Amino acid sequence: MTDRPTRRELYERAQRRRSNVIAVISTVVVVGALIVLVPLTPGWDRVRQSFFDGDVFVDSFPRLLRAFWLDVKILLWSTPLILIVSLLIALARNTRSPALFPLRAFAVIYTDVFRGVPVILLVFLIGFGVPALGLSREWANPVIWGTVTLVLSYSAYTAEIIRSGIDGVHESQRAAARSLGMTSRQTMNSVILPQAFRRIGPPMMNTFVSLQKDVALVSLIGPVEILRQAGIDKAKFANFTPYVAASLIFLAITIPCTRLADHALAKQRRRTGATTIT
Amino acid sequence: MRRSPALRRIIPALAVGALVLAACGSDDDGGGEASDDSSAPAGTAAETGDVDCGATIEDGVLTIATGEPAFYPWVIDDEPETGEGFEAAVALAVAAEMGYEGDAVVWTRTTFDEAIQPGPKSFDMNLQQYSITPERAENIDFSLPYFTSNQAIVALEGSPAEGATTIADLKEVKFGAQAGTTSLDFINEVIQPTQDVFVYDDNVGAKAALEANQIDAAVFDLPTALFVSGVEIEGSSVVGQFPADAGGTTDQFGFVLELDSPLTSCVDQAITALTENGELEAITQEWLSDFTGAPVITAE
Repeated sequence: MTDRPTRRELYERAQRRRSNVIAVISTVVVVGALIVLVPLTPGWDRVRQSFFDGDVFVDSFPRLLRAFWLDVKILLWSTPLILIVSLLIALARNTRSPALFPLRAFAVIYTDVFRGVPVILLVFLIGFGVPALGLSREWANPVIWGTVTLVLSYSAYTAEIIRSGIDGVHESQRAAARSLGMTSRQTMNSVILPQAFRRIGPPMMNTFVSLQKDVALVSLIGPVEILRQAGIDKAKFANFTPYVAASLIFLAITIPCTRLADHALAKQRRRTGATTIT
Repeated sequence: MRRSPALRRIIPALAVGALVLAACGSDDDGGGEASDDSSAPAGTAAETGDVDCGATIEDGVLTIATGEPAFYPWVIDDEPETGEGFEAAVALAVAAEMGYEGDAVVWTRTTFDEAIQPGPKSFDMNLQQYSITPERAENIDFSLPYFTSNQAIVALEGSPAEGATTIADLKEVKFGAQAGTTSLDFINEVIQPTQDVFVYDDNVGAKAALEANQIDAAVFDLPTALFVSGVEIEGSSVVGQFPADAGGTTDQFGFVLELDSPLTSCVDQAITALTENGELEAITQEWLSDFTGAPVITAE
């Protein structure tokens, strides 16, 4: 910590200021052009009435917000379950003992099947199929089976991300840990996984945002969550504004999530000493 | 088009100017087209006083849209061209009344959303059991109703909905309905059950949910309910219908047209004529006579 900024720091500060000014000006020009030009198009009045109707927005917004609570609940249930299942699958795939071949085969088949089949089909198959085997009303609840479907499907994707993180840790790390006398479990837990998880932050965040939106697929088997409620209101008013309102609610969640992830990533980059080139 | 074609060719030179001029220009075109069409009437359009039946999207041809697929008993075998099925027959009768017959009638298919999206439409009129509601009418045009239906309940044998005679008997029932239908509004606003309603894209979803023991009963318009219970869902029956005079709400089906379509009054005139000369009633008898019988459930 020096009291007076160095010449280099002064120069960098000036550069930053200049970048900011340019960014602001270009943003104002682009946004301004959109605001001025779009309403001049011939169909604007019709589009505005169909997508941005204030009365429909106000009427549907509270119902959408209530329905969104179901999305949040499903998300909060499925996220930790996905992390657990996917970690187990990734670890299973990374085992090296010949005796555990069936486990590895299972992990490969699992990821192939659940990544390959469209989520929408899984939702129908598991959401309607499993309860039809003869479950009681309580256990036939589509919210349960919809959540199970999301966990099964997203665990396949997430397991592959974790596996890529594990594979990304150089083999010499493993060799070094083993040469220090660590068991292979200790090596995985305290050397490989911590480094792997640090690398997979952005793709994990990406998957999480994608999951937030795929929660809506649960509505196909009955439960009224936000997109279904938006669809109902759309049909009620013959107007698409409820979808715009639902999008805003989604954005209110996903944007802070991604900003938070960006922030964590930037912090990590600073810590590891990488400089930013503009 | 009528106005200064040369100017239009120069316009792209200036992006901003082009947008402004195009906005004004196409407004002129909009007005122009309407008057062009009415002054050059389609050869087949009937003489119907001052009502304009010629303003179709394609000159001399009336394009009618329905769902994909179109369901029994509204359209038989998903072939509306044959005029078989209630809505197919009504559409052809209305078209004939408007002056379009034979090759002058073309069928197309749309989803619900395509019918309500802003901008040019791919059809002149659209029928797929669209219920007329005042909220919807702010964004699309409805014709006069061509059919009035009661809501009805379909349930499997042994369902708690079985044997219900009043709406109060249905409070504890777990209901399902199709998204965006007036049946859903009916459950929420008239029956007001204690449990949340589950909602499906189509009656296939409702059927699967009944079989998966996720709902006790589903609500449809009566003809659909009778078809669903008779053909699609084994072991189910229509346990009740809700006539308007017994505290239910009735669903009125109308043609959907683009908002402020010049054709709407022409379609209305055709439906009025068909109602007055008894043809609409005859068509209803022919295609839906098997679709009216079910026990009645009353409000009290």
